[in-house]
Amino acid sequence: MNRRNNDELRVIATEHAPDDANQVADFTPGLIDVGEHHLCPGCGEPIAIRAVMDAIALLGLADTCIAVFGIGCSTAFSNNLDVEVLQALHGRAPSVATGVARVHPGLAVFTIQGDGDMANEGLQEVLHAAARGENIVCIMLNNGVFGETGGHLTVTTTIGQRTKNTLDGRTAAEHGHPMRIAELLAQIDGVGYVARGAVNDAGNVARTKRMVVEAFTAQQAGLGLSFVEILTMCPTGWFVPTDEAPDYLASTLAGTHGVGVLRSALEPA
Amino acid sequence: MTTRLVEGSAVVAEAMVRAGCRFFAGYPMTPFTEVLEHMAESLPRVDGVCINAESELEAVGMVWGAAAAGARAATGSTGQGLSLMQESIAEAAMAGIGFVVLNMARGQGDYFQATRGGGHGDYRTPVLAPSGPAEVTELVADAFELAERWRNPVVVVGDYYMAHTWVDLDVAAAVPDPPPAPDWALDGSSGGTGSAKLVSPLGTTKQRDGVGYDLAAHYDHCAQRRQAMTEGIAPRAECLHTDDADVVLVAYGTMARYAEAVVTACRTEGLRLGLVRPITLWPYPSEIVAEACAETKVVAVYENNAGQMIDDVNLALLGAAPVVGINGFRTDSSAFGIAPDVTVENLTASVQALFEQYG
Ligand SMILES: Cc1ncc(C[n+]2csc(CCOP(=O)(O)OP(=O)(O)O)c2C)c(N)n1
Ligand code: SF4
Ligand SMILES: [Mg+2]
Repeated sequence: MNRRNNDELRVIATEHAPDDANQVADFTPGLIDVGEHHLCPGCGEPIAIRAVMDAIALLGLADTCIAVFGIGCSTAFSNNLDVEVLQALHGRAPSVATGVARVHPGLAVFTIQGDGDMANEGLQEVLHAAARGENIVCIMLNNGVFGETGGHLTVTTTIGQRTKNTLDGRTAAEHGHPMRIAELLAQIDGVGYVARGAVNDAGNVARTKRMVVEAFTAQQAGLGLSFVEILTMCPTGWFVPTDEAPDYLASTLAGTHGVGVLRSALEPA
Repeated sequence: MTTRLVEGSAVVAEAMVRAGCRFFAGYPMTPFTEVLEHMAESLPRVDGVCINAESELEAVGMVWGAAAAGARAATGSTGQGLSLMQESIAEAAMAGIGFVVLNMARGQGDYFQATRGGGHGDYRTPVLAPSGPAEVTELVADAFELAERWRNPVVVVGDYYMAHTWVDLDVAAAVPDPPPAPDWALDGSSGGTGSAKLVSPLGTTKQRDGVGYDLAAHYDHCAQRRQAMTEGIAPRAECLHTDDADVVLVAYGTMARYAEAVVTACRTEGLRLGLVRPITLWPYPSEIVAEACAETKVVAVYENNAGQMIDDVNLALLGAAPVVGINGFRTDSSAFGIAPDVTVENLTASVQALFEQYG
């Protein structure tokens, strides 16, 4: 290890930032245009989007990828990325991405949708795209609610979870059972990679980023549709204090929607 | 010239391939089905893609993506299937994504669907109505030009008769290459440059511009583009013997061909019958209709529905001449819009009654 001598160490003046110091703006992750966003404090979606953009930067795909966004809170990022973006309607991103990918088969075409967008409004789209073996990456940000409309029940809402239209908590008898989307996709012929990550702590963020890297690696190898579900905090929609949201995710969402790699056609590293 | 005897839907498919269409997606429904079959056969031969989509929602979604990626793209359906597509058609107009939509109706019951659309928001779609296979090639090419020029979906209206009329098609000429993708289309390459492209129905300003989506500004921009499109497309219609006509028929598509036969026959008998055949159903050729009917005693709108285009004729004439409808035909049990009463004889009888009443 190169360790400098004490006398080589520079004394940093604290009254002003030195000219060569990193400014806050410099910490804006690569491929994200502006660090500020309008999502709620404690929201998990910006962390998930950053994991995706970091993976794209890591694989050097910035100028060979096209993102297709759904409609939900994460739509706030469709105009804030330094990769090409096509905005789709609520529920329609997988078919839109199919059209893009068939015109540009060499590109890394990927979708970003919420659970309401992908699994409520447009579930058949991702299932059909998977079965067709479309060579795209589909990312689902799963917070178990329609965050954008104010915290309403989705098909992934867990039993007992309070939402705006299940104020006493979801019950199977009244509101039906939660669907496990990653498990659903994992059993479809035509998928190359399926995993579920989470962004409630640093370890899970790192693991999730690795999953996204693997998903794009499978896509680049032409292995068919890759799917990564990412559990994200929605303190606003869950009606829990911001700092309690990560634990709430671990104790509710992750109990039903278990984190891990469910299927991979990649050669073991 | 080498000709082949083909059905009208094959003419539609061939016209699309020749107009540069290289992406097509659809879900079967008669008489759109036959176009889909022909596209599935012909597109792979020119390195194009035809997807048998799992639903109309997905078909139009795929076309949204392909068009944004710079391909000349088209979809279509019939009645119900087009109802399902309305959300995407309306929103594509806001996103500035142009593609062609075939409204392969059965009869003419979907005139309102084609010309008004069932989607949300302040949008319009140009609508072209060929009278039969012979006019399809020209109008399909025009439709792709308009879609690209105005970055807006464009509708081409056909029907059961047109899809199933067998005609000679010239198959000798080489298929031209499609035009290059427009500048704004996505191909990934602007990523990482600090000014990556964005195609979105919510606008194209980015957060880095200090704005983010500015919906007020975007909708204003869309309104301006729509206005320019409205003024920029010349309404088209064909007039036959309208100069001295006492009775003028207004009819589009297949119905206009019956009307044409009746006009020709009536003229040989000295009856002063005329015909206006709208070719653009939007923008509607209101001025042409008004001018053609300025001196006439009565205007009769002949359509295979319960009376839809008659609204546009009334709007064109604003009371300048009496307007009656020849419509409301019973259809056969096939549900394909086949109206046994749509015959030259019946139309002749209706026209003669008008001459007696108004002549
Ligand atoms: C066709 C249609 N229906 C409803 C809406 C309203 N809407 C906007 S976002 C949304 C739910 C978003 O939930 P989700 O996809 O889970 O994203 P989140 O906001 O939780 O990130 C709904 C219902 C819409 N935009 N379009
Ligand atoms: S409502 Fe939920 S998902 Fe939406 S920004 Fe707020 S915390 Fe995030
Ligand atoms: Mg959600």
